[in-house]
Amino acid sequence: MATCSCCCGEDELTKQLDKIIEPYRGQPGGLIQVLTKAQELIGYLPKWALISIAKGLGLSLQDVYGVVTFYAFFSLIPRGRHKISVCAGTACYVKGTKMVTKTLREVLGIKPGQTTPDSRFTLEVVRCIGACGLAPAMIIDGKDVHGRLEPEQIPQILEQYA
Amino acid sequence: MKSLDELAKIRDSRRAALKIREGVPSATEKAHIMMCGGAGCISSKCTDIVEAMKECLAKNGIADQVQIILTGCMGPCDMGPVAIVYPDATFYRRLKVKDAEAIVEEHILKGNPVQRLLYRTPGAKEPTRCVHDIDLFKKQKKIVLRNNFYIDPTSIEDYIARDGYAALAKALTQMEPGEIIEEVKKSGLRGRGGAGFSTGMKWGFTAAAKGSPKYVVCNGDEGDPGAFMDRSVLEGDPHSIIEGMAICGRAIGSEQGYVYVRAEYPLAIERLSNAIDDARRYGLLGKNIFETGFNFDIEIRIGAGAFVCGEETALLTSIEGKRGEPRPRPPFPANAGVWGKPTVLNNVETWANIPEIILKGAEWFSTIGTEKSKGTKVFALAGRINNTGIVEVPMGTTLREIVFEIGGGIPRKKLFKAVQTGGPSGGCIPADYLDTPVDYDSLGALGAIMGSGGMIVMDEDTCMVDIAKFFIDFCVDESCGKCSPCRIGTKRMLEILERITTGNGKEGDIELLQELATTIKSTALCGLGQTAPNPVLSTIRYFRHEYEEHIKEHYCRSGVCEFKE
Repeated sequence: MATCSCCCGEDELTKQLDKIIEPYRGQPGGLIQVLTKAQELIGYLPKWALISIAKGLGLSLQDVYGVVTFYAFFSLIPRGRHKISVCAGTACYVKGTKMVTKTLREVLGIKPGQTTPDSRFTLEVVRCIGACGLAPAMIIDGKDVHGRLEPEQIPQILEQYA
Repeated sequence: MKSLDELAKIRDSRRAALKIREGVPSATEKAHIMMCGGAGCISSKCTDIVEAMKECLAKNGIADQVQIILTGCMGPCDMGPVAIVYPDATFYRRLKVKDAEAIVEEHILKGNPVQRLLYRTPGAKEPTRCVHDIDLFKKQKKIVLRNNFYIDPTSIEDYIARDGYAALAKALTQMEPGEIIEEVKKSGLRGRGGAGFSTGMKWGFTAAAKGSPKYVVCNGDEGDPGAFMDRSVLEGDPHSIIEGMAICGRAIGSEQGYVYVRAEYPLAIERLSNAIDDARRYGLLGKNIFETGFNFDIEIRIGAGAFVCGEETALLTSIEGKRGEPRPRPPFPANAGVWGKPTVLNNVETWANIPEIILKGAEWFSTIGTEKSKGTKVFALAGRINNTGIVEVPMGTTLREIVFEIGGGIPRKKLFKAVQTGGPSGGCIPADYLDTPVDYDSLGALGAIMGSGGMIVMDEDTCMVDIAKFFIDFCVDESCGKCSPCRIGTKRMLEILERITTGNGKEGDIELLQELATTIKSTALCGLGQTAPNPVLSTIRYFRHEYEEHIKEHYCRSGVCEFKE
């Protein structure tokens, strides 16, 4: 999930967010879709974005906040440039998730849920990424699946992500 | 597309072009290479192999005589990347980029399959070349995954060539809505999401319910940790879901469907949304389908990471853009579903069965399976098993056949301890019951459930108390917090299990767990809470001695738990 820090400030982001909101204006049912796209755009869901979304869809800020905090997918705080999701599904658990998480904690110096001080990585433990055939597995940036993990491979894998 | 003739025309012309995949050599093409594009093979870099093959084909000047297709999951994830080369249906496994050249130059140009890349049945002297001769596949029966070996999931015409949308055409032009429902009822199809309710009855209730509009919903929020069957259908054959839902739309009088897919499955979302676009372009979704006056369309809703949203009432609330909290039933979704309107909600695998039932008839379908569980079931085999992956077997196949014959048994000569079915709502079945036929009722009698199809194999290195703790921890995490038995009760159970697994267990803890479990089961609001204690109850039932060893002797026979003395 790329954080948009390349070109645009908040003004540009606000414009783009408005475009996301537009098709759902006045339709509270579109909330989850709008939040998903907004998070894709900004990298997380800051308060100003939640306020515009609430206004746009005709909801109270409280309703929006309630939904954001209910679903694990949404984040209210900025995340690192790369999101590491360690799978803790049953198959991975049986085959050694504990060891993978331990190695990542040591290498990155952070706990699950935290971001490294240089904003490079956010570490998360998630429930089943559906790659059980490759257990134990982790997924980086929501698309790169790394499977059959051995602790000693992990530093090398992380090097691919600047 | 407006008429049945046009559908038949596309089917016939495309089918002729795909004859090669049925084993008929072609005059113009040398081969079709079907490369598995399931999640496992993609992460083993199968796309790099495709690139290497393309280069090699170009180098040999035969790029226009060979098609390479990325299919949905073929099943044997552990052997990935895997590929099938047609017309001779040669099955290759554990492919690497450097193997591309051998396949092109030896097999495709000279007709000599590459021996070292073929599958070997453990213990057999000779490799098995043809995919149809491999034991692992021979014991399976593919209805839901009927197309995964044959079609390009991004091509609607490939799907049509395999009789795709013929069932919808039949339902729209030759059957009355009531007949469709009757056919589904007669087939004996039961919901593949886990609870096993009769699909036809569900449709019947919704058709009879007052209120309009009505909705058709597909539950693709595959949340069971250790299950990836729905993913393989959504990625490998998305049109089968669309067709199944449209047929239901006709049967119950609905014009709008929703597919709820987890955000964790980006490829499934992409394939399904492209398939929906294609179906619209071909006039198979939208207004006046086949000029029968029937309108139907589908929207995708993305789940944002909440296990409870797999529970039907929670899922329906989530579709409305709200917190996915369950609500009491009745009213059931058949009467009050999305936006309070009558709604049919079925799981991905259930939908994929529908076109085949309509096309081939209830009678055909009901010959497969057992007396009370008809058809096949797709399982995701994982954990301590040799052939991890997706398998589809007739109902009634025994656990032993699945684990040892199809799954290839336990790696490193370790001892089988248990197989866990049904995820956090299911139970662990020990070795004594390996000869149990897999159907809804037999598994239920053992204190497990069919569930959606996750099957995790455990060996002597797995601690059953630790596994029980793992599942309860999962439920504590995923409890939505609306009702107190689930919110507080599972937390108390977790605390007890934590104390047992760290050497602080007390006399009476097992009984306390059982008491809590029984109370939660009978008082929690939704399916998640009511079934959350199952993994604990079933492990106590079959592995009580392990609990006792932890409590009395501070001993974990699997060496998993660390005791702080």
